[in-house]
Amino acid sequence: MSNVPVNNGRRRFLTAATAVVGGVGVAGAAVPFIASWNPSARAKAAGAPVEVNIGKIQPGQLIRAEWRGKPVYIVRRTEKTVSNLAKHDDQLRDPNSEKAQQPVYATNAYRSIKPEFLVALGVCTHLGCAPTHHAGDFDQFVEGVPNGFFCPCHGSKFDMAGRVFQGVPAPLNLVVPDHSYINDDTLLIGVSQGDV
Amino acid sequence: MLMKLATDFMGWIDKRLPVTDAWNKHLAQYPAPKNFNFWYFFGSLAMLVLVNQIVTGIWLTMNYEPSGDGAFASVEYIMRDVDFGWLLRYMHSTGASAFFVVVYMHMMRGLMYGSYQKPRELLWIFGMLIFLVLMAEAFMGYLLPWGNMSYWGAQVIISLFGAVPIIGDDLTLWIRGDYVISGATLNRFFALHVIAMPLVLVVLVFLHILALHEVGSNNPEGVDIKKPKGSVKPEELSKFTFHKQYSEKYDIVDAVPFHPYYSVKDIMGVAGFLFLFCWVMFFAPEGGGYFMEAPNFTPANGLKTPEHIAPVWYFGPFYTILRVVPDKLLGAVAMFGAIVMLFALPWFDRGVVKSVRYRSKLHLVNLIQFAICFVVLGALGTMPATPTANLIGVIASFGYFGFFIALWFYSKNENTKPVPERIAD
Repeated sequence: MSNVPVNNGRRRFLTAATAVVGGVGVAGAAVPFIASWNPSARAKAAGAPVEVNIGKIQPGQLIRAEWRGKPVYIVRRTEKTVSNLAKHDDQLRDPNSEKAQQPVYATNAYRSIKPEFLVALGVCTHLGCAPTHHAGDFDQFVEGVPNGFFCPCHGSKFDMAGRVFQGVPAPLNLVVPDHSYINDDTLLIGVSQGDV
Repeated sequence: MLMKLATDFMGWIDKRLPVTDAWNKHLAQYPAPKNFNFWYFFGSLAMLVLVNQIVTGIWLTMNYEPSGDGAFASVEYIMRDVDFGWLLRYMHSTGASAFFVVVYMHMMRGLMYGSYQKPRELLWIFGMLIFLVLMAEAFMGYLLPWGNMSYWGAQVIISLFGAVPIIGDDLTLWIRGDYVISGATLNRFFALHVIAMPLVLVVLVFLHILALHEVGSNNPEGVDIKKPKGSVKPEELSKFTFHKQYSEKYDIVDAVPFHPYYSVKDIMGVAGFLFLFCWVMFFAPEGGGYFMEAPNFTPANGLKTPEHIAPVWYFGPFYTILRVVPDKLLGAVAMFGAIVMLFALPWFDRGVVKSVRYRSKLHLVNLIQFAICFVVLGALGTMPATPTANLIGVIASFGYFGFFIALWFYSKNENTKPVPERIAD
């Protein structure tokens, strides 16, 4: 045993320095463990943007696309449907789309880039069921509104802009995903206009 | 204020669970001989590697798929698509080899300084059980990537059980759960590898340390630091405070508390170890084909045997002993016998002097020849079986077993040197 007097200041410095360097090491070693919980390259590839050909959709028709495992509804709305959208604002929870359920560029009266096309996730904002499209016979659910979406699980109702009606379990409008147009016939879901 | 709060909190805990007492008993007031050298790094390093294996193993199971159809692809998925998956897998595979390096060094330390001798027989037995479970764990883990060497390695080792008379064939069928090694085998090996064996391993490590702290650590001099109570002059006693469990029963000399003296020393060991470990992990994770064998980069194929089936390097010594015996049953007996000999080492050694420093020249020579034979057997295990290799293997096997036999004979009346009373400064 050495009998050199103890230098407490030096001892404290060495302890602190060791702790700091060791802490940096532990933090560095934690990086791979934390990062490996991120979506893998496979999951990212599966979540890649999806191109949809919309050139052949008839007016009033709905087609479904799959993006990140979720159904995306694409509806070519007739001019009459678009013009009807404003007529039942007083029956809606969020007629002006103030809640952030859509990208900024779709925060408008018809919740889309082009008035003609509605692009929305077919996932009810209540508990995640898929609402069904009712073309022409929606007035059985809401008087005076001919077209809309009705969720068969718990009866939530949405109009042709995906806006939720009052008095139903769903709290929010349907989500409008990021999307953009590559050309007039091709829709790209998952990427906003100008982000490509 | 904050300090008082912390003290009060610890007081509250200590009344309900003896945390401070356990900390003192096993770390801050545990008397460790003051002369630990390089060879004493490997116990704490083994614990470090165990933690590494458990943590990276848990992370690997998050993306690994234990099925005949999915296993190989899921490992490639981990390597290519999962963020840092390659690193987690290389930490685990390099860790497996590092585990055996560290454990073999740890065992060699025990041999050199007689750490298996009375009163540490049970401590040694627990250590050997850890070694045995570790081998089972490594063997089953090696099947999981479902590469062609995984497959055929398992085929060879499981077939060993077929050497058991009468029930052999039924036994191998039972182990495989199929007529060939298949997804059924893979799934049960996965369950054992990730749950059963690690649980057993952790319990055994706990018992190993508890047994160590009961009898106390040996040291390179093989001199006991616990003297009979009252036999040491007060000014000769170690000037540190040790836990009353030790100091009430004995007069403790030439000792330092484990923490901070050996915790700091072991950090040095950890730093040095990690340099080597990371070098292998980042620059040579396949270990030149010894840590990950070339055929394992192709999927398991029951119709195509690799040209040269070799176990991973750490099984080399025992595999060679198996191979040099020309009879299937006797070969298996010899291989398991080699491990049984190690278990029985405390009773083969009938000497009372512990450290090789104070034992006979004969013992030193015997120990060196044993170490050489072990390394030679290991090297041969990774090489193809040629007549020359076989001859060398036979000689080395005799050297291996001869160590124990010779020890039993000469240790009774060994020409030892006088052992000092105390550890010199």
